[in-house]
Amino acid sequence: MASVTIEQVRKQYGAVPVIHDVSIDIEDGEFVTLVGPSGCGKSTLLRMLAGLEDISGGQIRIGGRVVNDIAPKERDIAMVFQSYALYPHMTVAENMGFALKLKGQDKAAIQSRVKEAADILALEPLLDRLPRQLSGGQRQRVAMGRAIVRHPQVFLFDEPLSNLDAKLRVTMRAEIKDLHQRLKTTTVYVTHDQIEAMTMADRIVVMRGGVVEQIGRPLDLYDRPINTFVATFIGSPAMNLFNGSIVDGRFVTDDGKALPLPPGYSGGAARTYGIRPEHLAIAESGIPATVGVVEPTGAETHLVVKLGAVDTTLVIRDRVDVRPGQSVAIAPDLAKIHLFSSQGSRLN
Amino acid sequence: MTLQQSAEPAVAARPAWRRDKSRLFQEMGMLAPAVALLTIFLIVPFLLSFWTAMTNQPLVPRPTPVRFVGFGNFLRILKDDLFWTSLWNVSRFTFWILPVQCGLAFATALLLHQKMPFQNLFRGLFFLPAITSMVVVCVIWGTLFQYPTGPFNQVIGFLSGGTIEPIDWLGDPNWAMFSIVLLSAWQAYGFQMIVYLAGLQSIPDELYDAARIDGANALQRFWHVTMPGLRPTHVFVLVITTIQAFKLYTQVAILTQGGPKSSTETVVHYMVRSGFEEQKLGYASAVSVILFLIVLVIALLQRQLLRRFDV
Repeated sequence: MASVTIEQVRKQYGAVPVIHDVSIDIEDGEFVTLVGPSGCGKSTLLRMLAGLEDISGGQIRIGGRVVNDIAPKERDIAMVFQSYALYPHMTVAENMGFALKLKGQDKAAIQSRVKEAADILALEPLLDRLPRQLSGGQRQRVAMGRAIVRHPQVFLFDEPLSNLDAKLRVTMRAEIKDLHQRLKTTTVYVTHDQIEAMTMADRIVVMRGGVVEQIGRPLDLYDRPINTFVATFIGSPAMNLFNGSIVDGRFVTDDGKALPLPPGYSGGAARTYGIRPEHLAIAESGIPATVGVVEPTGAETHLVVKLGAVDTTLVIRDRVDVRPGQSVAIAPDLAKIHLFSSQGSRLN
Repeated sequence: MTLQQSAEPAVAARPAWRRDKSRLFQEMGMLAPAVALLTIFLIVPFLLSFWTAMTNQPLVPRPTPVRFVGFGNFLRILKDDLFWTSLWNVSRFTFWILPVQCGLAFATALLLHQKMPFQNLFRGLFFLPAITSMVVVCVIWGTLFQYPTGPFNQVIGFLSGGTIEPIDWLGDPNWAMFSIVLLSAWQAYGFQMIVYLAGLQSIPDELYDAARIDGANALQRFWHVTMPGLRPTHVFVLVITTIQAFKLYTQVAILTQGGPKSSTETVVHYMVRSGFEEQKLGYASAVSVILFLIVLVIALLQRQLLRRFDV
């Protein structure tokens, strides 16, 4: 196990920069998730950590050792790929033992390490099968097995669950988390799925356009997003945002709806008002809105209401008896309001 | 109510047999053009050749009626030394062309698979011989092979300082087939190169990434990722090349006419000579049937091999 330090790292293809001075400190044994929309540079950053991409500037250290110019095999890392990347002509056991075979370890040692990993991941009955004889979930477990056989200092996961169906994804998510808790190996996990990031990570790194937007614990990011991008990216359904300005102690939206401010807030520069769907409630009195869509999910009900011209989402824990077209009054939880400047930066 | 609802659509719909029949006509109509062309130009001549092989049919009709001779033509062919020589020659040709042509194609494909500037231009250039007419290639190589002052002999003379005598590439029985191998490989490797390139491109990059992380160097990646990934491609290329090699004709017909001393006589050349020079169409048809059987065996072998590699 080892810490990972990414310091002022840059990457450019020709004249086109794709990673701009990114700095992240990952502690020994920590599970860090890199999350962001497609093209934000998260996979490139992971590949740079793995040594599969050159670094244009800055420094990467694994366990205190600078690895900028060190080959992937000497970085003591293991990587799990989105498409599993299992060698199709090798059995599960051969796939898992391949790295050790290349290292020149003897057969008995390889066998015992493979068996140990197979035990952890319940792969024992599959050891003699070829990858094409396995289901998607089994292949993903083999890919993880191949990684843990090597006892690396750092695990790198590149969107490992993207090819699985929704149900299997939830199961595998729990397996990976469980694996991390047992092995305590430093893990860097790339995903575009913010739910994966929230549920698995000790800390999340939110990226956009090759820049780190915010680093923090999942609930810190959820409760105090640093800007409107993080606010809308983290959380599902996304945070409701209203553009407008503060007039006479209230936030007046561009289409004239007046929204209450948090108690004691005195700043006047707020241009965007944010409130998460579960922090809005239907009340006796409040802001008038019209129900658009009602989505009962069983445990909760999602409502999309028109507040002025803005589609606003509410998540109600109880079952509600409202119909599309009905007029309702909604009230925000005043302690949970987020205010952002015209540049989108957090103000409160 | 329920009964009535379920009964109504059944009454309204056409009976199943009529629906099936109209669909059958539609499908047959769509198949008809392809079936007609294949029948006229492939299946009928193919079956006819089986029949002709069992007769003494001449090329130009004669007043005497065509006789059924059973397996007489086949027996005569199998007793003809020249047929066995031609079969030996194409086997020899195949033995040489496989490593030379497939090796050249594989090496070029590996080279052109690398990221480099003007990649598509190079791919086009290397494919150029494959789209050049064999006749043109034969004329060019015929000039290169000229004895004793052709360019090849001059280069060899220059490099050896005159110690190596000029080679009669096409006139010496020891060299003629080798010369045909060289020019054939050069002309035709483009096709195999494209097949290999397609095979190389079908190997996912992530496998190479995984191998790099597992600690494989370039040679180990080639051995453990590229080669297994190309297994079905290798089998396909080898079998296709073998079948093509057994049909060797044009180069021989243009450059050597089977000589010198029958050293480049091939089965197809033997067949064409029997049919069109000696005008024994029945006999030539029998040769074609034998060639068909040889190629069929190779094709069946291909199927077995491909199945084993799970293609």
